[in-house]
Amino acid sequence: MTTLTRKPESPIAHLTPEDVEQIGVELDAIRQDVLDSRGADDAAYIRRVVDVQRRLELASRAVLLGSALPPLWVLGTVGLSVAKILENMEIGHNVMHGQWDWMRDPKIHSTTWEWDNASTAEGWKHSHNEVHHTYTNIVGKDNDLGYGIMRVDEDQRWHPFHLGQPLWNLLNACLFEYGIAAYDLELGRNLKIPKDKRSPEFTRRLKGTLGKIRKQATKDYLVHPLLAAPFGAALPTLAANLTANLVRNLWSHSVIMCGHFPEGVETFEKKAIPERETRGEWYLRQMLGSANISGGPVTHLMTGNLSHQIEHHLFPDLPSNRYAEVAPKVKALFEKYELNYHEAPLPQQVYSAWHKVVRLSLPNGWLDTTTPRNLPSQLRLLHAMSTGGPKVRRAAQARLEQQARRRAAA
Amino acid sequence: MSVAADTGSPSGASTVASAVKARLMQVAEAAVTPLMPADVLDLFDPLRKGAELRARVVAVEPETADAATIVLRPGRDWAGHRPGQFLRLGVDVDGVRHWRAYSLTHGPRRDGLISVTVKAVPGGTVSPFLVHGLRPGTLVHLEQAAGEFVLPADGGRLLFVTAGSGITPVIGMLRNLFPATDAGVVRPARSAHHDIVVVHLAPSRPDTIFARDLAALDAAGAIRLVSRFDDEHGVLDVADLATLVPDLDQRATFACGPAGLLDALAAHHEARDLPLFTERFRAAAFVGDAGEGGTVTFRVGASAADATVVEADGATSLLDAGEAAGVLLPSGCRMGVCFGCVVPLREGAVRDLRNGALTVATPGETAAGGLPVQTCVSAAAGPCEIQL
Repeated sequence: MTTLTRKPESPIAHLTPEDVEQIGVELDAIRQDVLDSRGADDAAYIRRVVDVQRRLELASRAVLLGSALPPLWVLGTVGLSVAKILENMEIGHNVMHGQWDWMRDPKIHSTTWEWDNASTAEGWKHSHNEVHHTYTNIVGKDNDLGYGIMRVDEDQRWHPFHLGQPLWNLLNACLFEYGIAAYDLELGRNLKIPKDKRSPEFTRRLKGTLGKIRKQATKDYLVHPLLAAPFGAALPTLAANLTANLVRNLWSHSVIMCGHFPEGVETFEKKAIPERETRGEWYLRQMLGSANISGGPVTHLMTGNLSHQIEHHLFPDLPSNRYAEVAPKVKALFEKYELNYHEAPLPQQVYSAWHKVVRLSLPNGWLDTTTPRNLPSQLRLLHAMSTGGPKVRRAAQARLEQQARRRAAA
Repeated sequence: MSVAADTGSPSGASTVASAVKARLMQVAEAAVTPLMPADVLDLFDPLRKGAELRARVVAVEPETADAATIVLRPGRDWAGHRPGQFLRLGVDVDGVRHWRAYSLTHGPRRDGLISVTVKAVPGGTVSPFLVHGLRPGTLVHLEQAAGEFVLPADGGRLLFVTAGSGITPVIGMLRNLFPATDAGVVRPARSAHHDIVVVHLAPSRPDTIFARDLAALDAAGAIRLVSRFDDEHGVLDVADLATLVPDLDQRATFACGPAGLLDALAAHHEARDLPLFTERFRAAAFVGDAGEGGTVTFRVGASAADATVVEADGATSLLDAGEAAGVLLPSGCRMGVCFGCVVPLREGAVRDLRNGALTVATPGETAAGGLPVQTCVSAAAGPCEIQL
């Protein structure tokens, strides 16, 4: 994807500034409808989800005491995986967004919530709620775009390092909660600073995160296996916890990739964002920068309603159980203003996102111009680009782009 | 473990027991992090010992068309109460937690239940819900009983002046003093030295909460009841009190009702140098200048990221302003009575909405942790910072 302002045909060229502001007014009205009808049913919903999640986790951990028996291991591991996913996605992420703060229940409140994740609630609320939700898909501002380690946009200059990004992405998926924790700390940037010059704020947060990781690991990999030891199930329980955390990492990574990575989701140039973005302009950026996952109620629940990523980005603080009813109204608005409502089933979105990761691990145009027949010459070119200096890369890049343009014209 | 040294327990067995208990607690905490063991136990027994104080609604008994007595089974940590005390009750109305203070209607009961009597205030949020919407089985939140508006234990000549639902703390005292049984009003030994007159005011006759109770107590000779109904007798002028109660000068007066009545009584009693104990059920009208208001910063913890900044005018309480911005603030009676909403003012000035009094906190000069302020009756008077 090329940032929106550098595209030959902008998908928003047909919108006047008045249209953009009108979109803002209409979305505000949709939001107000939900606020006006928010009440006891919504409160009952989140309390039920919390209740079910806690009982499921307890029951699964109880079953795992008998996990020396393979069927019980499978049952307990599936249950624990589901419980951990619910805890992070439908509960933790949304509670920390303040979606349930209106209930004024200190037990379900963004200021008191801590989640089952390596990242601390404090770190997450800063990097996710403030940075990502404010600067969504602005290249260079939104670290969710590639998490600072991947090339996710044509406008980012290709470097041989990027060849490895399908692998980095897979590793990140497997260790996602630690990736998030590192990313919340801006670990890469901060570790480059000499130890004695690091800010006390960073040192405090690093300490907090390490403490959190230690507690999480002690629970999953020490306490519960030891509790299962008298039943001869220490190792199976350890394996079950590892598996459940891996499953959740893969799942949440996939869901989150689907939110902003699939092909066709727009990105934005830092310099093209006005100093003081209007409400309408901000809404429009959220509309174009997110993608939904279509599916049934189970999909929505297990993705923490991030399947309604577009609605979530428009209204991050509305209760997640209301996104489903808001979605048709939002979709109608997209149609009215002839905008692309990006929506596809989970496997399709995951494939699309991975396709982008692979495509952009290669120089712009390389994949488009490669056929089985010219593969050897293309590989030679890639080798030259990977081993040669910047000059070689620039020249080869120009040729690739020329070929790609010719192919597109043909 | 150094538990023995900490507790100074002489018994070896109990030292071992408490050490084991502490160790088990550590394991439990490590097993359920990031939750607390209490969160898990709450799933099964929210009223257990050691839990946050809660209560289950046992019954909602209508008293009149718009008043009801809520009977509650409190959690096992309920510490009991004295007749006349109130409690802060947290209920979810339309999914939103609200806290209000209510007088306990009964003295301590043998079955361990407690009750409050609530009159539905027209246009109110909580009281109409409690009277008409609350269902038995619902879990509510509460705090231990509080309040100094209690019956003198050694008796004496007392006068109760109550208006409307202001009767509830008084009924609590009277029921404790003179238990009503099927056989009639009992006069136990503990009430032998109490000589009580009740002047009860209400808009009209059928609206009187506990009218039957008062009449029964009067008929049994336990109290002398003087009922005044606005539509029959006109609104009471406190100057007429001496006519209604000839030995007024020899009585200690306990009054509970709206601010207008209490203010009038205070002036009347002060002029005559008579003892008066009051309990207010509405915030008194604001008397000073409304003031300018200002920017209020609510800080949660040490992090600058967790601060909420709101613009509040000089007539809006810090509590209302904060809640409107989504800040989680403690609250209670919302009228300056219960002190459930007190938080430290770190810096800046706030104005008491009842009398215009200014409270100014200056770091380095005033108390290090900030000055405690009641957010429900304080408004911003310039920029100020609240620490939560």
